[in-house]
Amino acid sequence: MTPALEARGLRREFGHVRALDGADFDVDPGEVVALIGDNGAGKSTLVKALSGSLAVDSGELYSDGQRVAIDTPAAARSLGIETVYQDLALAPHLDPVQNMYLGREVMRSGLLGHLGFMDHVEMKENTRRAFADLGATVRDFAAPVGSMSGGQRQQIAVARAAAWASRVIFLDEPTAALGVVQTRNVLDLIRRVRDRGIAVVLISHSMPHVIEVADRIQVLRLGRRVATYDAKKTSMEELVGAMTGAISQGAT
Amino acid sequence: MSTATGQQQAAAPADEEQPKTPLQRLLGAQAFQILGVLLILIVLFSIAETDAFLSVNNFRNVVVNVSILAILGVGMTFIIITGGIDLSVGSVLVFSGVVAAKVMDALGGEGVGVSVVGALAACASGTLWGLFNGVLVARAKVPPLIVTLGTLGMALGGAQIITGGIDLRGAPTVLTDTIGFGRLFGQIPYLAIIALVVVALGAVILHRTRFGRYTYAVGSNDEAARRVGVKVDRHLILVYTLAGFCAGLAGILNLAFYASTTIAGQSNTALNVIAGVVIGGTSLFGGIGTVAGTVIGLFIPAVLQNGFVIMGVQPFWQQVVVGAFLIAAVYVDQVRRAAATRGASSRRSLSSRFSRPSGARRKESQ
Ligand SMILES: Nc1ncnc2c1ncn2[C@@H]1O[C@H](COP(=O)(O)OP(=O)(O)OP(=O)(O)O)[C@@H](O)[C@H]1O
Ligand SMILES: [Mg+2]
Repeated sequence: MTPALEARGLRREFGHVRALDGADFDVDPGEVVALIGDNGAGKSTLVKALSGSLAVDSGELYSDGQRVAIDTPAAARSLGIETVYQDLALAPHLDPVQNMYLGREVMRSGLLGHLGFMDHVEMKENTRRAFADLGATVRDFAAPVGSMSGGQRQQIAVARAAAWASRVIFLDEPTAALGVVQTRNVLDLIRRVRDRGIAVVLISHSMPHVIEVADRIQVLRLGRRVATYDAKKTSMEELVGAMTGAISQGAT
Repeated sequence: MSTATGQQQAAAPADEEQPKTPLQRLLGAQAFQILGVLLILIVLFSIAETDAFLSVNNFRNVVVNVSILAILGVGMTFIIITGGIDLSVGSVLVFSGVVAAKVMDALGGEGVGVSVVGALAACASGTLWGLFNGVLVARAKVPPLIVTLGTLGMALGGAQIITGGIDLRGAPTVLTDTIGFGRLFGQIPYLAIIALVVVALGAVILHRTRFGRYTYAVGSNDEAARRVGVKVDRHLILVYTLAGFCAGLAGILNLAFYASTTIAGQSNTALNVIAGVVIGGTSLFGGIGTVAGTVIGLFIPAVLQNGFVIMGVQPFWQQVVVGAFLIAAVYVDQVRRAAATRGASSRRSLSSRFSRPSGARRKESQ
């Protein structure tokens, strides 16, 4: 199968820190790939590079086998790539609906739309539906998201990405702040999104979750992919070993 | 409508997470509370000096005094919501007035056509200064405080170079008689009508259109806006350009009203406008603000000044009281933000904004 998104030999330095040191990565359509690694391994940097919010020094990107440049968030978006960033990237003073549609507001039809007027009703309805899908516990649709709990904000970011993704969705630690039920909801959502044929990339430090939901697991260490495992055939010990460098794998 | 939701609210168990009703939101808005303060001031002055204060004539005076500031205030509100500041509006107003006066002088005559060309020249001058500010802030990443401090000097110096430092007097009588002093139906000053139109347009753009939405988004978290594909730099340039246009328009109105370019008279204009915007509840940290609040915030100094003069209080007291209002307004804003933002994400976004050029905005609260 042609990967929905593939990266080869990405490099990116911050001063003397090699955040990405020839990193490879690939994810197939309709597959959940977990990206794991120690703190500072370069996971978030890789995600930013693949979603157009960080320029790489060198490396190649392929979308459905085609060489592509993802140098702006808009470029990533036009390839159907959506991202839940580790820092969520919400506008704290805007409400959930405004955040949900930021950058892709639904405009009124006709002249009013051309003058810049938005269709609030439509956006609110769709947001309500997306949140219901996720079982999100956001109740106040008109309050600034900055006043909401970390978990609620995380749900908003996840719902936004899931609603817009058409090819690939990156989730950088999407459950870090979530309660048990909400975490369950996000894991269920990941499966549903995958079943839509979308490639899902999950970054998480929770090995049980990773093993539960992922199809493949790719291990990043010191800015490089050091191992890829089939989630059915691996174990917690193996994964931890690969992350810390105790085990090295030449496998696929 | 709000009463119905209000009852529903009362029936529901007291729960912090319950959505607020529109009424609660309105009551909680700083602009609304400031409106209360303004009304109290008006009532107090009315009781103290019923005849002099509570007359149509006096009210009209206050409105005219606020009109030009309100036009500047619309542009300033947009800028401050993005987390920026514009110190140059007073100088740009003067510069635009000077250019208009020169152009109309060169064309000669007192006709309507000449006045229109003059008005266009003023608006164009202001727009260009705004564009210059915007490009430096957004593209060159120079902090807005510094950029507009620079253009404050440049525009004023430019106006003085053009005029030799001596005020140009005399605008076409068409201009002074209509826009300057004219009244619709002999009652409503044209100046106030123009200001009202600009304020209404500004409010609609800010609160109802995508442009306004992006203005809040950029001020709230510019990195988040960038990541969802908002063209942040372009938007900042447009916002500063809009403020420049407002200053240019204010320039021709100022010329029409005073029949003079008032070169030396605008040194406090920018600070007065900023004070009004901030008193009206717009946050210097960006992301929060309303045009209506700005208008209310500008009326407070004007009403105080007017009331003190009528009561025979030394007008210097006005500055003292307005200064106190300003500090109180920013204090309330600080407390609110501390209470409203929780969790690491918003704090991070706040600190990340300080590393951007818009970071220097806070110095203005003097
Ligand atoms: N903007 C930046 N400036 C400087 N260094 C950076 C920057 N972003 C990342 N780095 C560095 O790159 C390395 C990889 O960081 P990254 O955030 O990708 O790690 P991570 O795998 O996501 O870690 P975590 O599990 O803690 O989220 C780190 O050493 C980090 O300090
Ligand atoms: Mg990370």
